[in-house]
Amino acid sequence: MDLLEKIKKHDLKGRGGAGFSVYNKWKLVLKEKGKEKYLIINGAEGEPGVKKDEYIIKHHTKELVAGIELVLNYIKAKKCILFLNHDYKKYGEKIKKYIYNTNIEIVYKSKNAGYVAGEESTMLNILENKRSEPRIRPPFPTESGYKESPTLIHNIETIYNIYLVYHGKFKGNRFYTINGEVKNPGVYNLPANYTIARILEETNNFPLFKFFVQHGGQASGEIINSSQLKKQASGCGAITIYSYKNNSDFKLIKNLIYFYFNNSCGKCTPCREGTYRLKEMFSGEKMNWSHFLELIDNLEDSSFCALGSSLATPVKSYIKNVNPDFKPKL
Amino acid sequence: MKKFYIKINNKKILTNGEESILNIARKNKIDIPSLCYHPDLPVKGNCGLCLVEIKGFKKLVRACSVKARPDMEIKTNTARVAKSRNLNLELLYAEHVNKCNTCVNSIDCQLLKLVKKYKIDVTEFPKRKTERKTYKFGNAVEIDGSQCIDCRSCLDACQLLSGIKHLELKGRGINQEIVPKTEDKLSGLAAKKKGFVCIYCGQCALHCPVGAAQEQDQINELELALKNKSKDEILVAQIAPSVRVSIGEEFGLKPGTVVTGKLVTALKKLGFDAVIDVNFGADITTIVEAQELIDRIKNKKPLPLLTSCCPAWVRYVEYYQPELIKNLTSSRSPQMHTAGLVKTYFAKRNNISADKIKVVSIMPCTAKKYEATRKELRYKDKDLIDFVLTTRETAFLIAKNKIKFNALKNSKMNNMLSEHSGAGAIYGASGGVMESAIRTALHILENKKLPKIDFKEYRGMEGLKEASIKIKNRKLNVAIVNGLANFQKIVDQIDKYDYIEVMTCPGGCIGGGGQPIPTNSDIRLARMKALYSIDSKKKLRKAHENTYALKALHYLESQKIDKQILHTTYSKKNK
Repeated sequence: MDLLEKIKKHDLKGRGGAGFSVYNKWKLVLKEKGKEKYLIINGAEGEPGVKKDEYIIKHHTKELVAGIELVLNYIKAKKCILFLNHDYKKYGEKIKKYIYNTNIEIVYKSKNAGYVAGEESTMLNILENKRSEPRIRPPFPTESGYKESPTLIHNIETIYNIYLVYHGKFKGNRFYTINGEVKNPGVYNLPANYTIARILEETNNFPLFKFFVQHGGQASGEIINSSQLKKQASGCGAITIYSYKNNSDFKLIKNLIYFYFNNSCGKCTPCREGTYRLKEMFSGEKMNWSHFLELIDNLEDSSFCALGSSLATPVKSYIKNVNPDFKPKL
Repeated sequence: MKKFYIKINNKKILTNGEESILNIARKNKIDIPSLCYHPDLPVKGNCGLCLVEIKGFKKLVRACSVKARPDMEIKTNTARVAKSRNLNLELLYAEHVNKCNTCVNSIDCQLLKLVKKYKIDVTEFPKRKTERKTYKFGNAVEIDGSQCIDCRSCLDACQLLSGIKHLELKGRGINQEIVPKTEDKLSGLAAKKKGFVCIYCGQCALHCPVGAAQEQDQINELELALKNKSKDEILVAQIAPSVRVSIGEEFGLKPGTVVTGKLVTALKKLGFDAVIDVNFGADITTIVEAQELIDRIKNKKPLPLLTSCCPAWVRYVEYYQPELIKNLTSSRSPQMHTAGLVKTYFAKRNNISADKIKVVSIMPCTAKKYEATRKELRYKDKDLIDFVLTTRETAFLIAKNKIKFNALKNSKMNNMLSEHSGAGAIYGASGGVMESAIRTALHILENKKLPKIDFKEYRGMEGLKEASIKIKNRKLNVAIVNGLANFQKIVDQIDKYDYIEVMTCPGGCIGGGGQPIPTNSDIRLARMKALYSIDSKKKLRKAHENTYALKALHYLESQKIDKQILHTTYSKKNK
């Protein structure tokens, strides 16, 4: 069976976080007939608490490169750029060992490119030596991406899955990064339909203390309480355990806000100014809370890119699921 | 493109898929605010004010960056929209250290207008940019970082309209700052940046919605000069061609309203003793430049001849293309011609010592401030012009003195230096200098009455206009560069032409860096049309038929000061 048909049959989803259908993405790129095409693999892995791309690079290097070659050949792309987190330079030589006659260039994300560097249009800007900032969409990369050419962008795990699908080895698993206050932190390969509770049990990580969970990454993931674990992990499949004992409301929210403030690229008002004003609330001696939730809502509703919007997810879910009295207590 | 219907606030609107929701709404008189969108520049989506709700979209949508699709249902006025838009406006206002009392831009300030319109509580957040620097570019333009709201329109104007790329964006997040590349020289990081110099065109100021980029105003100095004027001293104001068709906008009049008479009255009320017309100087310039064109053609001197009445363009040549200096016309600009005649001819005829005359230019331009101080343009080692005010500064001064501009009666200018031809009037539009010079040059070369007066192929908003005319036994190829960035289109094939007009600002002076804000293509067109209407209504259409101008030229020749007053030199300047 044709690779594209296999992908369709398995209903393969992108593993970068958004879960877009791989089949649909390929269709969009293939539609652009007669144009030079590019394949870009996003291994920026900027979301704190996620290490699954690194795991694949380290342990499945051969499959990763073979997967890239499969895709390159299928869409007849001019070349592939493998965009990697700066911390993954140590795997560069290993990756290169598996590259023979394929046009794969490895580019490392610079340390100061920030959280936003993993956002796909920002990544394109970085690759074109432009400011590390998101682009206006449309046009989407499938139509006009790298150097204004149709560009297929996949996460590392997606490429690995495409490799498995091609060889009939895909079993519907995914990679989970488990961390925080757990006994057995690490990256695990388990069925994608497992609930968070089951993953914690199977990996012998289910806490015995009072805890709450963040899933989907330590910056943008939703925060839930221990009675809400009968759902699947979202985004890039990270699960972080926090104990009530060791985590204060104030510190947790403050850390989130500082992270977003420090990483704001500065392009749009709600993120640049909003995270600054939020940070001021947490760093000043006197706090004026009147705008706290308004600023969070505003980020969610009007920030330019999805990363800016995502601050609202952990903050609002924390308040809703863990401590509905968050504000008055402070 | 197939047409379809969308709904904005339940109103059915027929449209195509080409335009943004913002533009469709504005065309249909549905107001959507924005500070970072400017129709001259690419869409940025930075400010977060043009938010709308679209059925089926999870987040609010920036109307500037989304095109209409069939059956879209859009709401611009919901509580959700208002909540985010107002908060973003409040956040932007907290970036901007307001200096409204002394800020020339306060009459045009779009931020101020929006804050008033949406009744924003501006006291909630403390100002965060109080420590920001002001960067001054020569004596012409400045960027006051404490007023900047990070919209970045100045950056695009500098890069895309003038093509200079003198400004750049440094830093990330709240630390981002618009800085001139030349600034790096001071910090010793010059290596990479060498080669960028500001040409003072002021397009950054024209595209700044909040007055952070602005002219270096001379309001205080002029007020002092008016106040402390001694009895034997006189102040002369000279009005550039394009100001009369734009300054009315600052007082609520439609773009393109001709307000010459009111402007003269206003200037007299401010305390000026005489008001004269740079259109007159433009006729002088035309005659001088047309003669040079003919001389260069006849005597096989370097061609093409390049116009020099745009001081930003001259600065560009001197710094960026010094090999073209030999092609620049030696003729001074209309501003300098008029001023030179004030200090000589006018002074003599009115029996006033030149030292007792102060000349104030009313200009659409920021670079004219620089031109007025060029050493090459001095006469007897003194600057000919004391102050240069932009259209905006002039309007600010009129408003500050509580003069009700629209209610003013018309006054006339001093006719010794104000009678002008239609050719002088159109200097303010791209193609106008070329058309004026060709009217005169053709007449002289063909030695007969002109078969044609209107050269419509030179007019309009195209970035590059080319034409060729037959004269005697030769063809004359001309090009008009409308907006300096377009010069790059012909820079490698300049030998193709005999005569090139370059105006740095899109549209020419009617789109100058000192003009009212907003300036956009519709407004430029209205101002341009007004200039051509002045021309077409004139009996006198050709500069060399202006007997007042010929008299003035005769005077200069008789005194043997024609070279000093009419001509100048240029030199290669190092960045």
